[in-house]
Amino acid sequence: MELYSRRRLTNWLVIGLSVVATAFGLLWLALVLSTLLINGVGAIGPSLFTQMTPPPGSSGGLLNAIAGSLVMTLIATLIGTPTGILAGTFLAEYARGSRFGEVVRFVNDILLSAPSIIIGLFVYEVMVVRMGHFSAWAGAVALAIITIPVVVRTTEDMLRLVPSALREAAAALGAPQWKVIVMVTYRAAAQGMMTGVLLAIARISGETAPLLFTALNNQFWSGDLNGPMANLPVVIFQFAMSPYADWQRLAWGGALLITASILVLNITARLLAAWSSFKQ
Amino acid sequence: MTTPAARPLLSAAHSSERTSDDGAPPRQPRPPLSAPAVTPLVQRLPAADEAPNTAMPATKVDIRNVNFFYGKFQALHDISLPLYDRRVTAFIGPSGCGKSTLLRILNRIYELYPGQVATGEVYLDGANILTPGLDVNRLRAKIGMVFQKPTPFPMSIYDNVAFGIGLYEKLPKSELDDRVESAVRRAALWDEVKDKLRDSGLSLSGGQQQRLCIARAIAIEPEVLLLDEPASALDPISTQRIEELIAELKTDYCIAIVTHNMQQAARSSDYTAFLYLGELVEFDDTERIFTHPRERRTEDYITGRFG
Repeated sequence: MELYSRRRLTNWLVIGLSVVATAFGLLWLALVLSTLLINGVGAIGPSLFTQMTPPPGSSGGLLNAIAGSLVMTLIATLIGTPTGILAGTFLAEYARGSRFGEVVRFVNDILLSAPSIIIGLFVYEVMVVRMGHFSAWAGAVALAIITIPVVVRTTEDMLRLVPSALREAAAALGAPQWKVIVMVTYRAAAQGMMTGVLLAIARISGETAPLLFTALNNQFWSGDLNGPMANLPVVIFQFAMSPYADWQRLAWGGALLITASILVLNITARLLAAWSSFKQ
Repeated sequence: MTTPAARPLLSAAHSSERTSDDGAPPRQPRPPLSAPAVTPLVQRLPAADEAPNTAMPATKVDIRNVNFFYGKFQALHDISLPLYDRRVTAFIGPSGCGKSTLLRILNRIYELYPGQVATGEVYLDGANILTPGLDVNRLRAKIGMVFQKPTPFPMSIYDNVAFGIGLYEKLPKSELDDRVESAVRRAALWDEVKDKLRDSGLSLSGGQQQRLCIARAIAIEPEVLLLDEPASALDPISTQRIEELIAELKTDYCIAIVTHNMQQAARSSDYTAFLYLGELVEFDDTERIFTHPRERRTEDYITGRFG
């Protein structure tokens, strides 16, 4: 009886600790989100999406920054997704158990956890210094380099989850390996791979450090990919550090905008994943 | 082919009427190798397989001195046996005896995994299929395989069946439709899926999925069918349907089936190979194996004394 009550006590204690730890973690998230909402909602309005970043003291919006972020994220995704999917396919389907595959996987994991500022510096050295100026291309390449390891990892993981019986069944019908992969394995892993791509996009859409060294920023509308281009993270960084109240207000608005879009992307990814497991 | 020419024709056209037609006189149309007397738990379909079985069986696949290695582990030792055309050969034996391994050699599916090596010869219609450099995909298109767990592809029922056809033939839509329908009909699945061919293959029940896999395998018109415990994951009703299907398919194919189920081997096969610890202990007519096995180990196994 004494043993039983002691176990019960331990149980309650551990449950209590777990709840407190969870609450502690969630508290900060709630604080961040509520601060963002309180300060940011006031800045959200039509002008945010229709006007350019203003000089201090005049009214304006974030149109050029939003457009720049969209353009660079799009280019980064277009470069990073096919590269990542192909490399992930190589690791999961062709390099199983091979030494080379092990090495590539290891290097990819390092790249996955590399601080993004290092990637920014690298692209600065390789592209910005050689070209002689900051550019949207350099920004997009830096973001692509962040995208690739994320997509490689999720693609490989998702392909590995596909039962080998399915590959055998397709191969047993006489399908060559590439057809097995394209027509059967990809199909079975599609939702998971899509989720990985969305998560990668969510990750790069908030990256500041790599853009600071590559795309820099632009006060004006620019469609020139060879020149500096405005983007939300760097605008937020500059405006938030400034002493001007109207700039700070725009920074809050931009921060809320990024957070909301990342939230939407994450929810989409989750829905896709849930839908796929429901379908199986 | 000593039977009158009219009979096979009749059987093809009116197979359901035939049973009542000439089921009355006590004939002995089956060769002595068949085993209905041993365990008549499931009635065989008498119509389909009589005519071809009266002929002498021709060797379709000839396995000669085959060894198999998983890395350094030798899983099969010097296996030699024939698989006859239009006959069912069952591979039985306790888990790990190498029966599935033997089956997986016949379409070289083991080559998907590095470190697995087969030596010896396997002749399909006289040509050694273990020859290095052979186009394994062409080989696999000739040798269909159905696995233990149903493996429908994540696509529609129709596309599942059409998948294999599209690999080596470019057919016009109407012909493809016909091929898919006849394969699904052959697999005794048509009535259940004919109104939902566009639904996902994953939406079917386990037994239906397995018949879909059989339809997929026979849609490419292979010459040999390899069945790796095709009913072990299914309920008794589905199992019975699969066994009826095997009896029906035997009229056209050389079938090899791996099974853990002794009664299934006795019911559905003409020949039985008993493997133990990677060796072929005994190969003979199914009836003989289950009534007068030559080897003590075979008898012990089939009577359930070990395994």
